[in-house]
Amino acid sequence: MINAVYRLTAPRLLDVCYQDIAINDGKVIIRPLKLSICKADQRYYQGTRSREVLSKKLPMALIHECVAEVVFDPTGTFKAGDKVVPIPNIPTKDDDIIAENYRYSSFFRGSGYDGFMQDYIACDPERLVEIPDGVNLTVAAFTEIISVGVHAISRFEKFSHARRDKIGVWGDGNVGFIIALLLHYIYPESKIYVMGTVHEKLSYFTFAEGTYHVDDLPKDFVIDHAFECVGGAGSRSAVNQIIDYINPEGTISLMGVSENFVDINTRMILEKGLRVYGSSRSGREDFVRTVELLHQYPELSRYFENIVGDEIPVHTIEDIHEAFRRDYSRNFGKTVMEWKK
Amino acid sequence: MVIAAVFAGGKGSRMGNTETPKQYMMLGKKPIIVHTIEKFYINSKIDKVIVLSPAIWVEQTKDLVKKYIGDTEKVSVICGGGTRNDTLMCALEYVKENYGLNEDDIILTHDAVRPFVTHRIIDENISCTLETGACDTVICATDTIVESLDGKTISAIPERKLMYQGQTPQSFKIKKLYEICKSLTDEEKEILTDACKIYTLKGEPVSLVQGEVFNIKITYPYDLKIANALLEGGKKND
Repeated sequence: MINAVYRLTAPRLLDVCYQDIAINDGKVIIRPLKLSICKADQRYYQGTRSREVLSKKLPMALIHECVAEVVFDPTGTFKAGDKVVPIPNIPTKDDDIIAENYRYSSFFRGSGYDGFMQDYIACDPERLVEIPDGVNLTVAAFTEIISVGVHAISRFEKFSHARRDKIGVWGDGNVGFIIALLLHYIYPESKIYVMGTVHEKLSYFTFAEGTYHVDDLPKDFVIDHAFECVGGAGSRSAVNQIIDYINPEGTISLMGVSENFVDINTRMILEKGLRVYGSSRSGREDFVRTVELLHQYPELSRYFENIVGDEIPVHTIEDIHEAFRRDYSRNFGKTVMEWKK
Repeated sequence: MVIAAVFAGGKGSRMGNTETPKQYMMLGKKPIIVHTIEKFYINSKIDKVIVLSPAIWVEQTKDLVKKYIGDTEKVSVICGGGTRNDTLMCALEYVKENYGLNEDDIILTHDAVRPFVTHRIIDENISCTLETGACDTVICATDTIVESLDGKTISAIPERKLMYQGQTPQSFKIKKLYEICKSLTDEEKEILTDACKIYTLKGEPVSLVQGEVFNIKITYPYDLKIANALLEGGKKND
């Protein structure tokens, strides 16, 4: 069957191409319902990745956050019409130690491998997580980014000591919001503090114990553990500020992506005995836990609904451009494309 | 009930020197007709796919369905007619005989040689027909359409923004379609080669569904070259 794949061929240039996909080789055929734009997609679209990366990865269909509908399932795992979230990570080898999202052998859709901006997507059944009735589909569209938060918190559980009275989240963007909200629900006893640079954005974190502008932190402010959700040029000051304010033997989760190397105060990391660990992407168990959380706490879903800045019906390629343009001009929130193509 | 009728009639006489009907030519690794049938086969809103093939190709068409799609009751291959209207009547008679003609049942008629049809086009044909009774898939005309009554000089140039190019599927409430087709005289059948045209001349409304520029009809060898180029243009995932 001929499938239309919408690929970014060069920055701000989308083209449709056609691939033959098999309908009877054990893959579930799904169709996107809603696609959510991630900052990583936006970096490809705007051409802010390096020339080497762009020339290696393009042309490529963008988008790795999606909720879809099952169209046809020869495996009998799902029935037509079931709502599912496809997992962009595609492991090719088993490993008892290394998680699927850190294996060199895994592929990731939307990064060197076609993402979800397609008419149909063929997936292995175990790469799909069913969405129960009642879960808001617009929120389900960005299950992936929420699952990245869930994954980071599961690593936090593994690496951090038990004193978790005060947890600091640096970053007042989408990832900071998601992490802070998840921490608030998963650790209701902990006090969550959010540090950012824009007062207006900080005002969205109504559930947090406190929010502070990074230039205005109280002198006696301390935290037990921290999550860095800043990335880019702000990484350096965020990580070093965390090192200044964190208690000894605390953990620092690095989640912000930076195109450049970041100078950090290793002397104080040593002196305080800190643990700094990376966290990137997510795997199947994180998706399953995320869907369970969304189902378990309907109010969590309402918080997430509130960060959807735009939901744009996409009938034409021009509509896709419009969605990326609007997303780029927004300083907070998610842009979701309703796939009508 | 939603029925898809894939029209694979004709002898393919326009495919240059080849004797193979054009819908059986390979597009990538599969015959064109298989790509087309698959689109309707996997759509859960469609209950039945009827493939109307030239008489001498019925067995081979059944073989292809079995080979590429497998044993399925959802797809039936039957013999089409000598003209498009005859083929349409074959489909309607088959439905009448096997399922009866019910008021709310609809039929999507589609050219076997349009394998690039999309899920959206099919879905919109279904919803539009359920709502309005009949629809045609079209795209805006890009070329100026010139009318000539004698084939030598221009008799009229219609305003381009009012012109559309017809594609398929064309979809109808099946009972109504059957009744209208049955009411045609032999002379009318000669002229009215398009079901939407029949509706229009009988004063029945036909809605428009937006097609796609790439929903091309593979009629000439040139079209097949384009279709193969489009398909092979895709980058392999690595």
